[in-house]
Amino acid sequence: MSIERIDAIIDKYVNEKGVLIQLLLDIQSEFKWIPREAIMRINKRLKIPVSEIYRVASFYTALSLKPRGKHLIRVCLGTACYIRGGGRILDTVEVALGIKSKETSIDGKYTLETVNCLGCCALGPVVEIDGKYYGTPTPTRARELLSHLS
Amino acid sequence: MIPFKSSSDLELFRKEIIAKRGSKREAVAVCASSCETRGGREIVGAFKEELIKQGLDDKIDVRGTGCLGLCEQGPIVIVYPQEVPYFKVKATDVAQIISQTIVKKELIQSLLYADPETGKKATKLSDIPFYTRQNRLLLENNALVDPKKIDDYIALGGYKALAKALLTMSPQQVLDEVKKSKLRGRGGGGFPTGPKWETTRNALEEPKYVIVNCDEGDPGAFMNRALMDGNPHSILEGFIIGAYAIGSHEGFIYVRQEYPLAVENMQLAIDEAERYGLLGKNILNSGFDFKVKIHKGAGAFVSGESSALMTAIEGRVGEPRPKYVHTAEKGLWDKPSVLNNVETWANIPLIINNGAEWFTKIGSESSKGAKIFALAGKVNNTGLVEVDLGTSLRDIIFAIGGGIRNRKKLKAVQAGGPSGGVVPKQFLDTPVDFDELKKLGAIMGSGGLIVMDEDTCMVDVARYFVDFLCDESCGKCVPCREGLKQARKILTNIVSGKGKEGDIEKLRQIAEASNASSLCALGQTSANPMLTTLRYFADEYEAHIKEKRCPALACKPLISFHVDPVKCTGCTLCARSCPIQAIDGEVGKVHLIDQAKCTKCGTCFDACRFNAVEKISGKPVPPPISEELRWKKPVKKVS
Repeated sequence: MSIERIDAIIDKYVNEKGVLIQLLLDIQSEFKWIPREAIMRINKRLKIPVSEIYRVASFYTALSLKPRGKHLIRVCLGTACYIRGGGRILDTVEVALGIKSKETSIDGKYTLETVNCLGCCALGPVVEIDGKYYGTPTPTRARELLSHLS
Repeated sequence: MIPFKSSSDLELFRKEIIAKRGSKREAVAVCASSCETRGGREIVGAFKEELIKQGLDDKIDVRGTGCLGLCEQGPIVIVYPQEVPYFKVKATDVAQIISQTIVKKELIQSLLYADPETGKKATKLSDIPFYTRQNRLLLENNALVDPKKIDDYIALGGYKALAKALLTMSPQQVLDEVKKSKLRGRGGGGFPTGPKWETTRNALEEPKYVIVNCDEGDPGAFMNRALMDGNPHSILEGFIIGAYAIGSHEGFIYVRQEYPLAVENMQLAIDEAERYGLLGKNILNSGFDFKVKIHKGAGAFVSGESSALMTAIEGRVGEPRPKYVHTAEKGLWDKPSVLNNVETWANIPLIINNGAEWFTKIGSESSKGAKIFALAGKVNNTGLVEVDLGTSLRDIIFAIGGGIRNRKKLKAVQAGGPSGGVVPKQFLDTPVDFDELKKLGAIMGSGGLIVMDEDTCMVDVARYFVDFLCDESCGKCVPCREGLKQARKILTNIVSGKGKEGDIEKLRQIAEASNASSLCALGQTSANPMLTTLRYFADEYEAHIKEKRCPALACKPLISFHVDPVKCTGCTLCARSCPIQAIDGEVGKVHLIDQAKCTKCGTCFDACRFNAVEKISGKPVPPPISEELRWKKPVKKVS
C-alpha cells in the first residue's frame, strides 16, 4: 500500500467534523483492512489520537485490523438464517475451506466471517461471497458455490 | 423548469411526465432487492439486453425495483400495464416473457402463482391472498418506482406533500398535524413522534439536527432496507417535511454498510432532489434550506440506540449515554436532535397528503396506521407484509403467511428481534401493536417476526440471542457486559448437555439484574429472550438439564443420527451425500452411520427419501445390526 493512496482518501475528509468512521470505512474498502500505516497517517494529518482511531477500528465489525484474503466469504447468522440452518451452512463452509470463522487461510485466498444480518431474511440462509448474495438452502449448495472460487 | 421554483412548477412537470408516458405505459418491474440472492439483477440485465435485441427498448421501461413483498416466490417480475405477476423467474425466461406476454399479451402459465390449496393461477397481485389481506400504504409504490429515478416518484404524486407543507402550512401546523395523527415511532420504542418533534422544536439551542435511523441491526428485520433501496424519495420527502416542522437545516441519514444498495440509491435520491430544487437552499422558493448527508454505519447493533447512533455520527465509538436529558434536547454534538426510524419518516408524506384524521382511522386504539413486518423463518410466504396495526398474529402468519412450511406445527413467534421475546402459539390471536405484545413479555420492535416450528429448540434460541447480545454489548455497563457472558456460558452448557440444577434460577437472576440496572435498551431488554423462553418453555429447559434431551431434536451435542434398518432400502443416497464419508452401505444393504465420525450436519437426514434417517435424543443409539442381517432386511425393527 502506498502513502499516496491513503492520503488521497484522507484528503476527502480534511476540515470536516465527525469523519473518523467514514474515513476508516473508505480505507477498509480500498485495502480490505486497516493497515497500521493508515492509522499512523490519519493520526499525523488529522490530529486524532492513535488510541481513539484504534478504539474505533476495533469496535466496529466492518473494520478489520487484520488483512483479509482474496475472497471474502460471509455466512449470515441473523435469526432468520439461523433458524433455517445457517449454522449448518457455516459448519460446511468451515470444513470446505479448512478455516474457522474470523480466520484467513494460510495461502491468503479466503477469509471467512459471520455476519449478523444482510437483510435478505426471507431467502435465508444467505451466504455473501465477494459482495454478492446467495440464498443457500443446503450444505451441498454451499459447497457448490465455493467450488466456483479460484 | 428545473430546479422547481414553485408548486405549480412541480405540478406542471408531473403532468408532463404522465402525458409523455401515456396512461397505458408498458413496463416491466423486476425485484432487484431481496431477490438479488436469486439472480434478480441478472434478470434486469437480461430484460434490457433482450429488449434491445427485439428492438423494443424505447417502448418498454425496465425497472429494477425494491422488494415486491413475496420474497419466498422470488425473483418476482411484474409486467405492466396488465399487471401480470410472474414468480421464480430465471434469466432464461426473459425472452419468452417478452415475446409471449409483452408482444402477444399471452400469459405464461408456468410462471404464474398457483394457490397451494386450490391450484388456481393468479393473474394479478390482487388474486393472491398474501397481497389482498395487506394494507400496503408504503410498500405498494415499490413496484411502480425505479428507485434510481426521481421522475417515477414524482409521477406518482411524489413531493406533493412537501409542496403542501412548505408552501401552504406553517411549521407549527405541520407539527400539529403529525401530533394529531398519533403516529408512533416505528423503530421499536413506539414513542409518539409529534411530541418528540415538539421538544426539539421548542428547545432553545441552535442548530437543531434531524436524523434518519436505518441501522436496522435487528437480525431478521429488513423493512427499512426495502424502503430505502426501493423508494428512497418517500423517506427523503418525509424527512424534509419533518426538518421544516422542527426548524432544522441539517440532517443525517444513518445507513448500515451492510446495505450497499440502500446507500447507493439514497445518495442518488439526495443528488436528484437537490438538482430538482427539492433539497438544498430555498426549497421550492419557500425560503427553507435543508441539507442532508449520509453516514454509513460500520456494524454495531448498539448503534441503533439513539444516543449511540449520534455518537457514531460524531465519528466515535457508538456507546449509549444516560438519557436523563433527552436527545431531543441534547443529542448530536449536544444540540437538540430528532432521530426517527426510516418507516416513521416515510409515513409523514401520507399524513400530510391525506390528513391526520385519515391516518387515525387506520390501526388499533393505541397504535395508529399500518406497519411493515418482516416475516421470516419457518413460514411458507416469507417476505414483507404491511398490515394495519392491531392485526392478529394468526392473520399475519396463516392468512397472509400461508402457514408453516412442510406442514409442520407452529411453536412460537419471535417478535422484536434480540430485544424482543418469543410469543408461544397459544397467544396467536393477540393483536400486534406497540402495547399488546409488551403484555406477553415481547415487543413489536421494528417489526421482525420470525416464525419457529416444532424443530426449533427454544433453549437454543435463547442461547442464540444471548450470544448475539453478548457480542454486541458495548461493554459500558457491568450487568450487561458480565451478566450476559455468564448467561451465555450457562446456556451453552445446557444445550451441550452439561446443564445443572440451579441453572434456570441463575439465568433468571442475571436477566432481572441486567433489566433493572443497564443504561440502554440493549442491556435492559437483553433479559427478554431468556425470560420469555423460561416463562413459556420451561419444560424444554428441564428436558435439556435433567434428561439431557433436546425435545426439538435440534441441539447437536444432544442428538444422534441413526438409520432405521426397517425403513432403509439401501439406495446409497445418504452415503453418497455425506460430506465426510461417515456412512457405510452398498446397494441393497442397510446403511450404517459411524457415530464416532458423524459431525451431525444433517445432510443424510435431508437426503433420505424414505425417512429412514432419524434423529435420536435422550436415549442411546441402537447397536448396529449384524452384517448378515444388513443384507437380509429384518422384518421387525431391531432395538
